[in-house]
Amino acid sequence: MTQIVVPAPGPIAQEDQQGAGLGQPLLDVRGLQVHFPARQGGIMEKRRVVKAVDGVTFHVQPGETLGLVGESGCGKTTTGRAVLQLVRPTAGQVLFEGRDLVTMQGEALRQMRRRMQIIFQDPYGSLNPRMTAGDIIAEPLVVHGMVKGRQQLKARVDELLETVGLSATMRRRYVHEFSGGQRQRIGVARALGLQPSLIVCDEPVSALDVSIQAQIINLLEHLQERHRIAYLFIAHDLAVVRHISERVAVMYLGKMMESADRLEIYERPLHPYTQALLSAVPIPDPELETTRERIILEGDVPSPLFPPPGCVFQTRCPKAVAQCKEAVPAWREAAPGHWVACHLV
Amino acid sequence: MVGITLGEDHSIRAVTQAPSGNSTAAENGQRPVVLELDGLRAHFATPQGIVKAVDGVNWDVREGETVALVGESGSGKSVTALGIMGLISPPGKITGGRILFGGRDLAQLSQEEMRNIRGHQIAMVFQEPMTSLNPVLTVRRQMTEGMEVHLKMRPKEASERAIELLTLVGIPDAKRRMHEYPHHFSGGMRQRVMIAQALSCNPKVILADEPTTALDVTIQAQVLEVMEGLAHRFNTATVIITHNLGVVARYARRVNVMYAGRLVETGNARDIYTNPQHPYTYGLLQSVPRLNEPRKTSLIPIEGSPPDLARLPQGCAFRPRCRFAVERCGQETPLMALVGPAHAAACWVAASPGGLPK
Repeated sequence: MTQIVVPAPGPIAQEDQQGAGLGQPLLDVRGLQVHFPARQGGIMEKRRVVKAVDGVTFHVQPGETLGLVGESGCGKTTTGRAVLQLVRPTAGQVLFEGRDLVTMQGEALRQMRRRMQIIFQDPYGSLNPRMTAGDIIAEPLVVHGMVKGRQQLKARVDELLETVGLSATMRRRYVHEFSGGQRQRIGVARALGLQPSLIVCDEPVSALDVSIQAQIINLLEHLQERHRIAYLFIAHDLAVVRHISERVAVMYLGKMMESADRLEIYERPLHPYTQALLSAVPIPDPELETTRERIILEGDVPSPLFPPPGCVFQTRCPKAVAQCKEAVPAWREAAPGHWVACHLV
Repeated sequence: MVGITLGEDHSIRAVTQAPSGNSTAAENGQRPVVLELDGLRAHFATPQGIVKAVDGVNWDVREGETVALVGESGSGKSVTALGIMGLISPPGKITGGRILFGGRDLAQLSQEEMRNIRGHQIAMVFQEPMTSLNPVLTVRRQMTEGMEVHLKMRPKEASERAIELLTLVGIPDAKRRMHEYPHHFSGGMRQRVMIAQALSCNPKVILADEPTTALDVTIQAQVLEVMEGLAHRFNTATVIITHNLGVVARYARRVNVMYAGRLVETGNARDIYTNPQHPYTYGLLQSVPRLNEPRKTSLIPIEGSPPDLARLPQGCAFRPRCRFAVERCGQETPLMALVGPAHAAACWVAASPGGLPK
């Protein structure tokens, strides 16, 4: 096993390791930081900063799915939004099709956004209740001038409805007339209309009933195969992520802990956090559950306002040593394509 | 020890011991039944029609045992729990059936009488630890109130017991922290407070409605561990209401599956997971990706969506989504029938000689 040690977030240094020999990645995120100002205590107190995303590096190849997992507050959603420039990064680069979005503004950015779309978690809150399903799907097509004339627009909307498994006759219905699963299909159709090459899926199935989740996952996979769309699939359900992703990245308290191919990360997790996370997932098999060894982490995730020194995971890590309290572990490639930030690996 | 009895609506019920009233006998190591639902119905009168949220549900739970109530949103599992607690408010009401507890039918009790049982002998842990604790009272006050009212403890005594309980559920420095307000606690810690509060009056039954759904997976593991340990220690019967099939497998010995207000399958967890007999249970287990199995090329979903409870189809409520449906399913509502020892399902196909053609 070759161990290549790379200095922590330096964006240039990692250029060569990322996606070497795989051609240019569709999305290449380097040293991404998103900091939010926060006030603590009285007005006289100095301003603090919440480092929601603190030096995150990953890439997504065309047509592949990268699963981004972590617990609430780890910064996975903020990462997704920062990729789309819905929140502007504090530092770092977001290279999409080779161009850095962070430096872009106005019309240029708007043009790039057409190629990257988002599907939200909450199918109730993310669709306008005063618009019909048809209008919701038509809006981005009109805004970006993707169609000419009413006839073409109607035809395209009908086509999109059918692509996501709804019927064209549902075009005139309002959002409240649809079930949760159907609403999520409308969200998918809206994202699909602009023929994006990347869709950020932010917990797209976690608000849905178990029996409906599989429908939406299958739909997303089918669309990916047909249109070669890449997904940045943000989720906390590790079983769902394992099913849909080619590669998986694990975040904790704003930092990347580990990333590798699906098989590698689920079979040979290197980081103690990934190991604990995987062992905590209950498996629907009573036989197995009674005998399975579990790593129960102590305590809670620390407040992002006061992250611990050294490795952010050290306060809960069952394997932590003195070094973990002192130095931030470097993000390095422990095995080919298997990246990890841990002193003990 | 399997018996078959007739429910209120003449449906066959599989019970592992003789029903109500007989709950003292602990024959053959069987623990006594502490809570039993007999044909419980809870309906809501809405402008769209009568919503049969719970429509004739039978199950029981024994001392020290953990039973799961599984189902998706709208299956009636939470309304069942609220019904037991006497917390269904208009336009909903309990329209039939019995809730047998300690030799009494809770459905017949007055609000006054229910107040003595609620939080005392039957306690509830809610899904949302954020909204189910009172934000303007300290944790100490919320912990001690029940003990002072139900157990007639003096404030000092109750405070001491509160510290004990909070320490037990894993809240560090409980003596100091109990003077804080709920917003000072994290989600997992709040859920521990809820559990400590539920345990404070030594209840015979705890109803836990999605106790870990709002929590992260590492915190979920902590909380489940705490709940399991305490139920064991105090011999409390636990009813865990959840949609998470992994949590059920991890935690419950017996499982009741609900769909559209009715019980569709009941049995031991092992039987239900290895040999599900109702097409809905089978479909649910098939549709979830699992960490312990090789990745499937595509998932097998249950097609369609759950029915509108005000406009249920004739016959079996699951028929429009069922791969195995036969003609009879559209005509008659299937009754619970034994499909194995202590394992029953409400499905015409499963009850037929050939069984479910999986």
